[in-house]
Amino acid sequence: MEAIEFTTPKTIDEAVQAMASKGDRARALAGGTDLLVQLRGGRRSADLVVDLKEVPELNEISYRPGSGLTIGAATPCYRLYANADVAANYPGLVDSASLIGSIQIQGRASFGGNLCNSAPSADAIPPMIALGAVANIVGPSGSRQVPVEDFCTGPGRNVLEPGELLVSINIPAPAANSGANYLRFIPRNEMDIAVAGVGSAVVLDASGQNFVSARIALASVAPTPVFSKAAGDSLAGKAVSDEAIEEAARLAMEDAKPITDMRGTIRQRIHLVGVLTRRTLNNAIKRARGEE
Amino acid sequence: MPGLVHVSTTINGNPTDFLCEPRQSLLEVLRDVLGMTGTKEGCNDGNCGACTVVFDGRIVTSCLVLGVEAQDKEITTIEGVATPEGLHPVQQAFLENAALQCGICTPGFIVATKALLDREPDADEGRIRHWLAGNLCRCTGYDKIVRAVLDAEDKMKA
Repeated sequence: MEAIEFTTPKTIDEAVQAMASKGDRARALAGGTDLLVQLRGGRRSADLVVDLKEVPELNEISYRPGSGLTIGAATPCYRLYANADVAANYPGLVDSASLIGSIQIQGRASFGGNLCNSAPSADAIPPMIALGAVANIVGPSGSRQVPVEDFCTGPGRNVLEPGELLVSINIPAPAANSGANYLRFIPRNEMDIAVAGVGSAVVLDASGQNFVSARIALASVAPTPVFSKAAGDSLAGKAVSDEAIEEAARLAMEDAKPITDMRGTIRQRIHLVGVLTRRTLNNAIKRARGEE
Repeated sequence: MPGLVHVSTTINGNPTDFLCEPRQSLLEVLRDVLGMTGTKEGCNDGNCGACTVVFDGRIVTSCLVLGVEAQDKEITTIEGVATPEGLHPVQQAFLENAALQCGICTPGFIVATKALLDREPDADEGRIRHWLAGNLCRCTGYDKIVRAVLDAEDKMKA
């Protein structure tokens, strides 16, 4: 790795100043599980690494039944599944937090970092999109909010301007009779990158027999994570049925625009989107009904 | 060219000070600055787990931690697992079950296993295999390692 400078700001203001002082030559460090590999391998370079783990707002998880969940951008995965509020209210997030990398990686890697790394295969992003998450960004000219589905703009690229930081991610409080699930396909049991992944979130009516609304998002099938709005919207107002789920899966497959590479072919990936959409919808429905 | 940074940390219970460049990983610091060569370098990109250490209570791959991040942290390496009285039960179980061949992955497996059994003394085989999925072994085929971990559970309860 080339020589870098390193700083550990204690406040958001100090962090923004540090980031802005070097523009696109500054890189934010949370868990480092992508950044340090990229710096060492020459895929990214930086003059200044800004460690965000001592800024309180970036390292908090807070949940309020009214306003929902705020995940500090540098909070490692294990703190999500170790958090009782997250485990009880957001099992769809726990699905991702507990399958990203290894236990070692989960000790460091954060959802915020996964979002900012902006890989098409990022496992944390589809469930966040499905759950309606919003990214809180701060920079030299103030703060702004971006829905997570609009955050990534290409492989490794996103809406952050030089000097801007992702501070936290807000996820709305779960509606009554709601549930979510994330699944990915990999040829191994652990430690692999998604060939395809799907996150689904559903809201059912009080009877548990009808969809009120649904959101579906896809991984590894386009240059960015994909919000398949048509697939989710197709379920709104329909009775829960295999036919409705099949139609949503068909629409999700239409939104998948994958490439063929070492991990899978176009045909396999589109097929997987159908399979995983059906499975995640069925799992989300079970959770919404309190059956698991 | 940035200079050396002074870092104060605690390694295996001992207050430790060192100087490192910001670009150096904790793994490089342990091995090359501090001479603690028990922690091994395998892939140097977070996939193999050979460099596993405990960092503020969680196992991490020390190749993906910067040395400068160790400031004010508590680190346990393989050198901190045995005691003057003898091997830790996890080490003894790895020996008795021949859970190693070339040995490069072994320090990482032992640090990761101890971290598991410290919090989940009754972890079943599925949980053990899941927990250790981030530690690669190219020699044993893993069965002997899993048997050693199950044996270590018995030893730690005895």
